[in-house]
Amino acid sequence: MNARGRIPGIRNQHQVLFYALSTCIWCKRTREFLEANNIAFDFVYVDLLSGTEREAVVEQVRRWNPSVSFPTLVIDGCRAIIGYRPEEIQEALGL
Amino acid sequence: MSEIPREKVEALYQRLYEEAEASGYHLNPDKEFTLGLVESLLINEARYGYWACPCRLATGEKQKDLDIICPCDYRDADLLEWGACYCGLYVSEEVLRGERPLQSIPERRPPEGQRPQEQPARAPAVSVTELPLPVWRCRVCGYLCAREQPPAVCPICKAKRDRFERFL
Ligand code: SF4
Repeated sequence: MNARGRIPGIRNQHQVLFYALSTCIWCKRTREFLEANNIAFDFVYVDLLSGTEREAVVEQVRRWNPSVSFPTLVIDGCRAIIGYRPEEIQEALGL
Repeated sequence: MSEIPREKVEALYQRLYEEAEASGYHLNPDKEFTLGLVESLLINEARYGYWACPCRLATGEKQKDLDIICPCDYRDADLLEWGACYCGLYVSEEVLRGERPLQSIPERRPPEGQRPQEQPARAPAVSVTELPLPVWRCRVCGYLCAREQPPAVCPICKAKRDRFERFL
């Protein structure tokens, strides 16, 4: 599994950043939901990073979500959705 | 995602299922979901040497991750409030019977600096000087026992000795 990457999708009008853990089932559900809805997004599996790269990403997550929990989805750099919340994602992305 | 053989995952699932049922806990009845988490526990065992919670970011330093070694210190409170542990590996009876939906729940673990293992070992709140033995408490399930040292494994929830604290 890649630690970082981009999933292309037809719905690419929003910038969607997906912070996740590779072992977390709610993260997996969230990713499946994004893919099933053809949403373009960038992903980072924080547990697969190490050293300063990991610290930097953890700090990014902390800004949106002080408890640094996963999944954290950041939309257009202005809103975070924490946990597996399909309805909130739908509403935020206008699905 | 897996390098863990399916038989190993099934075997651990079976063991956790039996242990849970024997002490009043329940695994999530959605078997694919649960097998996914059991597999993640084995991935974390290979990675860190212990069962770091699959849905939380472990540091890899056991002492720092102690409260999130499965079963974590937060499981029982989450079962009571939300009907499931944070990952959804363990569920309450209502969820088991389908009377309550399983959902992704908020994180109960306090931020760094406020976690149980980061607190200095406190003297027991009540001082009972007449006790012939100290009393130890399992931080996972609350089991209490009076003996020289805590047991190697909690007889109720199977947490290891390092999850016990001095209670009295
Ligand atoms: S009991 Fe705690 S550590 Fe274990 S899977 Fe559930 S939330 Fe994670």
